[in-house]
Amino acid sequence: MKLRLASVCVNGTLIGMALIALFPLLWMLSVSFMQPGMASALPPPLLPAHPTFANYRDLFAQSGMGGYFLNSLLIATIATLISLVFNLMAGYAFAKLRFAGRERLFQALIGGLVIPAQVAMMPLFLLLKWMGLVDTYLGVMAPMLVTIFGIFLVRQYARSIPDELLEAARIDGAGEGRIFVQIVLPLLKPIVVTLAIFTFLASWNDFMWPLIVLTSQQHYTLPVALAALSRERVQDTEQMMAGAVVTMLPVLALFLMMQRHYIQGLLLGSVKG
Amino acid sequence: MKSRRMAAWMFLAPALLVLGVFFVLPVLGGFALSLTDFDPYALADLHNLRFIGLGNYLALLQRPEFWSALGNTLYFVLVGVPLTMLASLGAALLLNHRLTRWHAAFRTALFAPVVTTLVAAAVVWRYVFNTRFGLANGLLSGLGLDPVDWLGDPRWAMPTLILFAVWKNLGYNMILFLAGLQSIPPQLYEAARIDGASAPRTFWHVTLPMLGPTLLMVGILTLSGYFQMFTEPYVITEGGPLQSTVSVLYLMYEDGFKWWNLGMASAVAFMLFVLMFAITSGLLLFARRRGHA
Amino acid sequence: MRLWRARGWHCAALLAVALLLCACRHAAPPATQTVTFWAMGREGESVRRLMPAFEREHPDIRVRVEILPWKAAHQKLLTAFAGDVTPDLCQLGNTWVPELAALGALQPLGAQVRASKSVDPDDYFPGIWDTNRIDGTLYGVPWYVDTRLLFYRKDLLAKAGFDHPPRSWGEWARQMAAIKAMVGPSRYAVLLPLNEFEQLESLGLQQPQSMLRDGGRYGNFQSPGFKRALRFYSEIFRNDWAPKVTNAEASNPWAEFGRGYFAFYVSGPWNIEEFKNRLPASQQGDWATAPLPGPDGPGTSLAGGASLVIFRASRHKQAAWKLIEYLSRPDVQRTFYQLVGDMPPRRSAWDNSALADDPHAHAFRVQLERARPVPKVPEWERIAAQLALVEERMAHGQLSVDQAAQLLNARADAILAKRRWVLAHEPSKAPERSP
Repeated sequence: MKLRLASVCVNGTLIGMALIALFPLLWMLSVSFMQPGMASALPPPLLPAHPTFANYRDLFAQSGMGGYFLNSLLIATIATLISLVFNLMAGYAFAKLRFAGRERLFQALIGGLVIPAQVAMMPLFLLLKWMGLVDTYLGVMAPMLVTIFGIFLVRQYARSIPDELLEAARIDGAGEGRIFVQIVLPLLKPIVVTLAIFTFLASWNDFMWPLIVLTSQQHYTLPVALAALSRERVQDTEQMMAGAVVTMLPVLALFLMMQRHYIQGLLLGSVKG
Repeated sequence: MKSRRMAAWMFLAPALLVLGVFFVLPVLGGFALSLTDFDPYALADLHNLRFIGLGNYLALLQRPEFWSALGNTLYFVLVGVPLTMLASLGAALLLNHRLTRWHAAFRTALFAPVVTTLVAAAVVWRYVFNTRFGLANGLLSGLGLDPVDWLGDPRWAMPTLILFAVWKNLGYNMILFLAGLQSIPPQLYEAARIDGASAPRTFWHVTLPMLGPTLLMVGILTLSGYFQMFTEPYVITEGGPLQSTVSVLYLMYEDGFKWWNLGMASAVAFMLFVLMFAITSGLLLFARRRGHA
Repeated sequence: MRLWRARGWHCAALLAVALLLCACRHAAPPATQTVTFWAMGREGESVRRLMPAFEREHPDIRVRVEILPWKAAHQKLLTAFAGDVTPDLCQLGNTWVPELAALGALQPLGAQVRASKSVDPDDYFPGIWDTNRIDGTLYGVPWYVDTRLLFYRKDLLAKAGFDHPPRSWGEWARQMAAIKAMVGPSRYAVLLPLNEFEQLESLGLQQPQSMLRDGGRYGNFQSPGFKRALRFYSEIFRNDWAPKVTNAEASNPWAEFGRGYFAFYVSGPWNIEEFKNRLPASQQGDWATAPLPGPDGPGTSLAGGASLVIFRASRHKQAAWKLIEYLSRPDVQRTFYQLVGDMPPRRSAWDNSALADDPHAHAFRVQLERARPVPKVPEWERIAAQLALVEERMAHGQLSVDQAAQLLNARADAILAKRRWVLAHEPSKAPERSP
């Protein structure tokens, strides 16, 4: 009996917490289907009386949401691809290749993790101006192309590759490049997936830097566009919720599909190096 | 052997080059910039740039805006971090409880806010806490309580942002705590049970000490995240009401990218960096003394 | 460590789709000459509707109107300049002209105006035209105008025994005193929100001395003229003629005006529409507008509004100028007024328009002939923000008039420090000419 009560308590509290966690998201979804103006009523309605796609249609037809969506997709995809290549190569080198000053260089990189990115933003803007990259996709991606965290993650994982495997390949006469592509990469597959999800999500959700470096609307990413829209059209609750749905849905879906990889990566990344 | 060393550097070169150009160089440049009076005049013509030593830092210490931004940030950090840690530790303990059903579903639900786009989630919260038509006040009035001007009242705006941050970040810490809890050897609990220890005593004498390193790590991660608060005030309150939610980074953004006083903005950024570094080191030192790390 | 089964193909498929999607984006064929035009908020939305007619007249030019939110506009412009990505032409609040001109961002337009058949400087209100001239060089053409004057309650004024709005400060003070005596302690004669600097700024503009001295190198807030303005302003609060509130506390001035919470309101042209829409029909006969009273008779007020400017970096300057000429045509300006309600800067656009018959607009017509630009230094926005901070403390009795003047001077001098240094090291830049 006592056990039953405890079980109800534990599960009840969890249900409550889960509800709080999900409620704003469900409400967002519901309001996004309401007729314009319907959400501004007392008491606040929970479900649309007459569901409509009008908000989504207006967002894409009038506010250019499709363009922002493509910008976000393009930037997140390319940033992910490039950073995967660079981070994998560097992480592998730190884990498995021997060279003078390896540990010291790695320690220096880890030390760099404590520096908040914002410290670099002002000079980075000037640098990009000099390179002619302000208001370009490449300019948005620049700070994402290599991440210390990514190198760290790959290194942690790659350390578990047995040295004998690599040595055997070397004895067979394989070059370092071939070893990397044919032996190492397949073994690193899980971390590749994890790192790809991480980078994609981080790039998709990034806000401050795109806000600074993108000046023309046609290059806006979804978060920047949504922030601008919500400042201008405060009263259009339903449309803003639809915009929030469009912004969130891809990353939420990606997370739900790849949850296991994401959470394993999160744990791996937080293990102290 | 030599060719292998070469290979190592070839593998490192792209990453180090990009990091050097887009990170190391700007960080060093940022410090240099903070020692100048780079402003719109300098933007127009570099001859108008002057080296002013620590002038920006000294000026910063005399700016009321800086102190109030620092106060707001510390408020957010000092209230928000413990609250987030408590809530996520609680959630992790519940999830780890042997009576819990539907593990995966609860975990996914509680984690979902973490992966949502911060800007989009902030936009949603702005409407949830709308004074007239928001759900929060709808709930209060359902309970027979007076509505609260969540985002319009300077006393309530920051607590509302803290609530948002707890909601958004709870899942992340929860996962880390959960992993920490699961790595505690079951024999310890077994021993405590044989000793006849009560649940609170077991928590206090077994769980908490074993969780020490995780607590420290989660604390530092949360702390540095919260110090960098920017999107929340930018989207939800625009720094208001009455500047009560202007954070240090918000100030840096306005100094730097609104007024284009890049020298001053760099000084603000470095002050924040120094502060974060000092507090994190302090925590680590404290933990080391207690023998956790 | 456990190894997981690879699910990489999920990701790979997603990336492939993404790349396909991107590939389609850049396939658009190059158009004819495209002019990028940044406009703000409602103006941007309305001006879009004027573009088809322009493009019909100029088949070789396409206009891409990009709308900047007002709140972010100033910042976006500076960022665009900093990043070398400015548009071809832009709508620019005319107090921002000095700043962007000082940056060297703007193209001088004197030659184009001299050669133009349609843009005639003499047709424009002189104070408004002057806001675009920095050190003798013209950088913009006024697009619409804005100034501050009196909205007042005719019925309350009549009840207090006056048959006309005030023409001078003395008369205004007498009327405010009479109204205050009539309405009692819970109501007031005038609303001057303490977080808005435009009211005090307008009073300061009415003085013979400029608010900055030595070519905009130092503050001149301790001049006899500005002290007179400060004294008048603080007197209003000392006598309790105005409530000590900010905009946030008086968030619905229209309803309060209708309820008689105050009888005078210093504001701009956009409020004509607001009062027409928000006051009940029965009260529409009770309110009117009047030019701002001056210290000794009808006074000047600030020359606000927005101009059209061309950026120096533009590669389509001729096409951009054609667009400016088009938007400056009186008939187009009348259409624009109907679309958005912004007042045209040209006298010929006022004639024969709905404006000419609008009694509420008439006072603006009169006031615009007596509008004056604020000091033309890039730092003015920041100095004006100090006006609001100081006036609030003065109204609450924390500062005397002398202290307020001294504090303003100190703050202005500090803000202008870099300008002094730049001017000292760059003798070619002529100082601001006092009006």
